[in-house]
Amino acid sequence: MNKIKQGFDFSSSPKVDQVGINDRIARITARSIKKESKMQGLRMALNMIDLTTLEGADTDKKVMQLCNKAQHLHDSYPNLPSVAAVCVYPNFVKTAKECLKGSGINVASVATAFPSGHSSLKIKLLDTNIAVDAGAEEIDMVISRGKFHEGDYNFVYDEIAAIKEACGSSRLKVILETGELGTFDKVRRASDIAMEAGADFIKTSTGKISPAATLPVTLVMLEAIKDYYYKTGVQVGMKPAGGISNSKLALQYLMLVKETLGKDWLTNEWFRFGASSLANDLLMQIIKQDTGIYQSKDYFSKD
Amino acid sequence: MAKKTIKINFDTGWDLAPAPESTGHIQINNKYDLFIGGKWVKPSSGKYFETTNPADEQKLALIAEANAKDVDKAVKAARKAYDTVWSKMPAKERGKYIYRIARLIQEKAREFAVIETLDGGKPIRESRDIDIPLAAAHFFYYAGWADKLEYAFPNRKPKSLGVAGQITPWNFPLLMAAWKIAPALATGNTVVLKPAETTSLTALKLAEVIKETGLPDGVVNIVTGAGETGAAIVNHNDIDKIAFTGSTGVGKIIQNAIAGTNKKATLELGGKAANIIFEDAPLDQAVEGIINGIFFNQGHVCCAGSRLFIQESVYDIVIRKLKDRMESLIIGNPLDKNTDVGAINSKEQLTTINKYIKIGKEEGAEIYQPNCALPKNGYWCKPTLFTGVSQSSRIVQEEIFGPVLAIQTFRTVAEVIDKANNTPFGLSAGVWTDKGSKMFNVTSQLNAGIVWGNTYNKFDPTSPFGGYKESGFGREGGLHGLKAYLKF
Repeated sequence: MNKIKQGFDFSSSPKVDQVGINDRIARITARSIKKESKMQGLRMALNMIDLTTLEGADTDKKVMQLCNKAQHLHDSYPNLPSVAAVCVYPNFVKTAKECLKGSGINVASVATAFPSGHSSLKIKLLDTNIAVDAGAEEIDMVISRGKFHEGDYNFVYDEIAAIKEACGSSRLKVILETGELGTFDKVRRASDIAMEAGADFIKTSTGKISPAATLPVTLVMLEAIKDYYYKTGVQVGMKPAGGISNSKLALQYLMLVKETLGKDWLTNEWFRFGASSLANDLLMQIIKQDTGIYQSKDYFSKD
Repeated sequence: MAKKTIKINFDTGWDLAPAPESTGHIQINNKYDLFIGGKWVKPSSGKYFETTNPADEQKLALIAEANAKDVDKAVKAARKAYDTVWSKMPAKERGKYIYRIARLIQEKAREFAVIETLDGGKPIRESRDIDIPLAAAHFFYYAGWADKLEYAFPNRKPKSLGVAGQITPWNFPLLMAAWKIAPALATGNTVVLKPAETTSLTALKLAEVIKETGLPDGVVNIVTGAGETGAAIVNHNDIDKIAFTGSTGVGKIIQNAIAGTNKKATLELGGKAANIIFEDAPLDQAVEGIINGIFFNQGHVCCAGSRLFIQESVYDIVIRKLKDRMESLIIGNPLDKNTDVGAINSKEQLTTINKYIKIGKEEGAEIYQPNCALPKNGYWCKPTLFTGVSQSSRIVQEEIFGPVLAIQTFRTVAEVIDKANNTPFGLSAGVWTDKGSKMFNVTSQLNAGIVWGNTYNKFDPTSPFGGYKESGFGREGGLHGLKAYLKF
C-alpha cells in the first residue's frame, strides 16, 4: 500500500477566494453559446454523461431499463452520441455489464460505503473488490469527510491510495462531497489529497447532499487539476455530479472546462456529468436546434 | 523519464458562434445640436464634427461644436434656471426629478449600452453589465440624498454653489456624466456639461432622457466639442465650480486657469496603480484580478492596475497562470456578447499605446501578447504584458491608458510599499493576500485614494473615488461626493 509521501503538507494547499471565484463564474455564465457552437456543446455534453441511478429502491429491472436508455437515447433521431457510462450500486454491476455488452458504454459503480463512507477500510476494500470483480470499469468512491474535518489528512490519503490499488485497471473517481466540506479552501485541499493519492477523476458529490455540484466548486477543482497537471504532467479528470439537470447549465460547465483546462479535457475520457435527467433535456435541445420545434417531454423516454 | 513540455491546449475546436447584440432598436440621429435651456440649439459657428465607431471606423453621427459664445449661452441658461427655479424648489421635488432620470436610464438601458459600445468601442458585456447599471445607480443614490443634506452634514447648513461646469472623459462616457450630474443636481446646483469629443452620443441621449423627465429648462445643459469648448467652460466668469475627469496634463492647465478665481474644483486625473500579489494570495483569483485590473475597458481606466508587483517566490506560477488566462480572452467586435476586449477608443489613443509598446521594447523589456487575430478595420491592440521592467522604465512611470501591463517582482513588504508609492500618481491600488493583518498593514500604507483588497475595479455609488498627488483632488461618490458641490 502507498504511504503518504514524505514532507507533503496538505494544510498548505493554495488558498481560494470566494469573491473572485464568483466573479469568474459570472464571466462564464455570461457567455452566449448559440447556433452551431450550441449544437456542438450539446452533443459533447450528451457524450459525457454518467447515466445514474443510486436509489434504495433500485432493482435489476430498473437498472436494465436504464441501460437500455443508455443505448437507445432517442432512436427516432439518428446519429446521436451515446452516454459515457451507467453508474449503479455494486450489486447491480453484473446486470448492467450484461445489458451494456458490446455497446462501448462503461459500467461505473459507487463503492466504499457510499454515500456516507462510514465504514472500515476492510469493508470499503471488499465493496470495491466486489464491484471490480463484477466488471465495473470505473469506481466512484467517497472520501472520509469526518477524518478530513478532523485534520487527519494522512488517513484520507491512505484510504484513497488503498482503494486505488484495489481498483486495478478500473479508473477511480474520488467523490469529495463538497456540500459537506464547507469552504473552497477545503475543497481545494481535498482535491489535492485525492490527486496525490492516485485519483483518476475527482468528483464533486454523491447527489445525496445539497448543495451538490455547483459551477464555483467545479472551478476550484478544475484549477486544482490544472496545477497538478503542471506539477506532475499527469492528467486527472473531473466529474461534477448532482443538480445538473438542464442543457444551459451543462453548457456553462463545458465553457468552464474549455477556458480553464482546454481541449484535452473536453472529452468523456476526462470530463463527466453525473446526472439522471440531463440526458433528456439535452435531447430536447438538440432536436429543437435541428428542427426549430421544442417538443413535449412526453416524446422522450424516462427510464 | 524525459521531461515533456507541459502545456494546456486552448485551441479547443469549440469556438463560439458570433452573438452580436442587435442594433435594430436604437435611435441615433444624423446630427446632434447643443442642449441649452431645455432646447436643441444650433452651434453659433455652424460647425459640426463626426463621431465614429472605433471598431470599424464608420461614421455614426455629426456632433455640434460649441464655441465660447455657445458656452456663454449655456451658462446663462444654467444661471437663470438656478436663480429662478432650481435653488428655490423644495429638495424633495428635486429628488423626484433625479429618481425619474434614474428610472428612464434603466428603461432605456439596452439602447444606452449599445450606443456606448458603438461610440466608444468597449465590449457590450461591460456597457450592459457595468457602465449603464452603475450610471442609473448613481442617480438613484444621489436622488435619495437630495432632501437629506442636513443629515449628511449635521449642524453645518449646507448650501448649493450655483452653476457647475463639468468636463467628462471618453472612457466611461455615460457613467462619468452620471457621476457629475447626479450629485450636482441633488445638492441644488445647475449644470453645464461637456462630454469628450470622441464619445458624445450617450450624453446627448441623456439630454433626451432629461427632456423627457420634464426637468426644468436650463438645469442641465450639454455642450459638445473638444478642448476649446472645455476651455470656454473653465474660463467662464459665471461658473462656481469645475468638475473635471481626464488627463493630468489638462488637469494642470485647468488648475492654472482657475487660480485666483472663486471657482471650486475637483479634478480626477490619471493613475498608474500598483496591483500587488503576495505569495500567500489566492493566486487564481489574483490572476482574474490582474486581468480585470488591466484589460477592463481595454485599459482605458484611470484606476487600471497597470503596474503589477509579484512576490518573487510565486513569480513563475503567476506569469504562467496569467498567460493561460489570456488565451481565453476574446478580442474583437465590441457588440458581440462574448467579446472580452474591445476596440481602442480612437486612432490617437492607439498611436499613444503603440508608442509606449515601442518604448517598452526599446527599454529592453520582454513583451508577451497572446496569439489572436485582430479585425482588419478599426483600432485594435492585443492585450500586452511587459516583464523585465524596473521603476526606472518609462512604461512603469507613465500612464499608457491601454491594455499594457508592466510587471515587476519584489521580496519584502517594505520594498513593495516603497515601490508602489514611488510614482507621481496616487489614484488606486490593489493588494492580494490571504492574511488579514498583512492586508491592513499594506493597504493603510499605500498612498492611493482607492485601495482594493483581494479584488479590483469594483465600483459603487456609496464609495468615494478620487486621488492623491497628480491623480487629482476631491472625491466623487458617497457622502464625499456631495460635499464637493456644497458650501457651508
